[in-house]
Amino acid sequence: MKDIILKAENISKQYRLGQVGTGTMAHDLNRWWHQVRGKENPYLKIGDVNDRSTKGTSDYVWALQDINFEVERGEILGIIGKNGAGKSTLLKILSRVTAPTTGSIKFGGRVASLLEVGTGFNGEMTGRENVYLNGAILGMTKKEITSKLDEIIEFSGCERYIDTPVKRYSSGMYVRLAFAVAAFLEPEILIVDEVLAVGDAEFQKKAIGKMQDISQKGGRTVLFVSHNMAAVKQLCTRGIVMENGRIAFEGKIDTIIDKYLNTDNNVSSIKKYTFNEAPSSEVIKLLEAEVINDKSENKLDFLINEKIGIKIKFEILMETDDIILGINLYNNEEIHILSSHQKNQIQNYNKGIYQTIVWFPGNFLSEGFHFCGVAAMSYKGFFRVHFHDINKFSFNIIDGFVENTARGIVYKGKFPGVVRPILEWDNVIAI
Amino acid sequence: MNQTENTNTEWLFEITPKNKFFSLNLKEVWQYRDLLLLFVKRDVVTVYKQTVLGPLWYLIQPLFTSITFTIIFNNVAGISTGTVPPFLFNLAGITVWNYFTACLNGTSNTFGSNAGIFGKVYFPRIIVPLSVVVSNLVKFGIQFFIFICFYAYYYFQGAAIGMNGTTLFFPLLIVLMGILGLGLGMFISSLVTKYRDFSNLIGFGVQLLMYLSAVMYPMALIKEKIPTYGWLVAYNPLAYVIETTRYMLLDVGQISLLGLGYTFLVTLVVFFIGVLIFNRTEKSFIDTV
Repeated sequence: MKDIILKAENISKQYRLGQVGTGTMAHDLNRWWHQVRGKENPYLKIGDVNDRSTKGTSDYVWALQDINFEVERGEILGIIGKNGAGKSTLLKILSRVTAPTTGSIKFGGRVASLLEVGTGFNGEMTGRENVYLNGAILGMTKKEITSKLDEIIEFSGCERYIDTPVKRYSSGMYVRLAFAVAAFLEPEILIVDEVLAVGDAEFQKKAIGKMQDISQKGGRTVLFVSHNMAAVKQLCTRGIVMENGRIAFEGKIDTIIDKYLNTDNNVSSIKKYTFNEAPSSEVIKLLEAEVINDKSENKLDFLINEKIGIKIKFEILMETDDIILGINLYNNEEIHILSSHQKNQIQNYNKGIYQTIVWFPGNFLSEGFHFCGVAAMSYKGFFRVHFHDINKFSFNIIDGFVENTARGIVYKGKFPGVVRPILEWDNVIAI
Repeated sequence: MNQTENTNTEWLFEITPKNKFFSLNLKEVWQYRDLLLLFVKRDVVTVYKQTVLGPLWYLIQPLFTSITFTIIFNNVAGISTGTVPPFLFNLAGITVWNYFTACLNGTSNTFGSNAGIFGKVYFPRIIVPLSVVVSNLVKFGIQFFIFICFYAYYYFQGAAIGMNGTTLFFPLLIVLMGILGLGLGMFISSLVTKYRDFSNLIGFGVQLLMYLSAVMYPMALIKEKIPTYGWLVAYNPLAYVIETTRYMLLDVGQISLLGLGYTFLVTLVVFFIGVLIFNRTEKSFIDTV
């Protein structure tokens, strides 16, 4: 029997766009008048789909529409989606900050939400006083906090400053202390928004570890929203992908992340620029960039030992001998792996359309999605950037456990690192 | 549909778009009592931080207001306070009046000034206005203490002041005042979230209300001097509280059971409406604030 601890049924949320003014009052009165006569809210029938980039026709927009899902006890559910897909609105409704326009959510346990760390921190008060205040805001009793106070202070690593007003803290210390309080919450359901985006790498690691602890040892349920795919993948067991205020798909975390990255508009192995969006200056205009293999075929998925080419098509708009092309490469954890530019290929361009290819060797990059962008610069006279695109097209590297890779033939486990070149290991000698 | 549902969970609570018509949810408030106390502590403690005079600031305002009133209303305008020293007469009124305005002003911007917290985490919203009323009680206590000091001073000087059997009920009067301020404040705070106009209204509204609340004159006097507009004061529940305060503490003026009953009724109605509107607002104010 499934042990469902949270059940969301048909949640929708409508927002009114624009400003609050006399028009709103008229709508309020109209709505009230309908209510008094026992009729339904006249503004519920209208409203556009939540798509931030297109211009809508109505003043009302559905930030969320018909959201249905269930969460089992002990599950860590990841919620992913692009900016404005409705993730935060959903979290706000789940954490009771705002009410849905329609639908209902049923909870089978105590909920605590962490949409921000350090909610209610008061700069004038000391670290210790703030631990109490923040803990109480998050739903702990004074007794609970007192019993965990030492652990909280130790986890934060701010012992030395605990009796100093927090306005004197560095921003890092502030966040550490704030997260420490939250980490010792003991609700049955914990709702977490991208709070991990703060703090240094060491602290993020600590935070993720703590969340894993919470669900594994404590058997508690966590709902986690993040853009950080690495963190989501590491933490969550199941996931929901949101798109334009609806659930696009849900399932096992690995499958949905892959599907999400593939269906995302940004994940395409070819980028053809339209006339208006093409990055350009009066000298050069970028037309197209695509990822190809050594047979000149456009591809998204590459084996780890395959050679990968980036074909760049561009137009020269005026005669010049001063154009240098470059590329940027990021991985799916948004780490800037490298940039590269033409070194000594200065040439005289006439007006016209040109193309070039830059090659990544096989056995160089690590597994996963990589995102690329093209740049163009001038160096003669003074340095100038014509355009500088990032994350416009992508390719995916798959470790197929093939021969001739850095993995060798023995090791089959996890292989960390942002690059994976084959290094030369000398023979072992006795000394 | 429900019978086929494959779950053994008892739902603890449910979120829906609609609210119950009226819900105080005292059980939940009780669960968050520690938060209430911590908010009170925060409000009281942070006021003193980085000031030289600290809590003395609480005393300076009523003292100077009383002195000003004494000069303007009693010495210049010649309002008679009977046998009671005018300064003490004014101080009593102002101390109680201050508690009301502090509650009203403090609660009337509940949503606006706490939007940051309310937007991030759930707790019973009523905790915040409640904490304002309680922390102002501390402030009132300090101001009341200074009143006691002057009371003792005048008493030993031989002024004709005294207490009576009703003095014991004074705390109840303060509670009544607090609830009235809370109810009105919650009502206004709910309206302010969407229409800021009301926060302007509050600014001068409170000031005008003071002149209608018998703070610096006996109630009987206004009825006698301007009978045409005397009803304005007679219908003001606050005037009865102030008048009764002076009766309880200084043994002057009159105590009107009818008036107090009326005040009690108004307080109940205002508080009820306040909670009602507050409930409706707290659910989704974050979308309009």
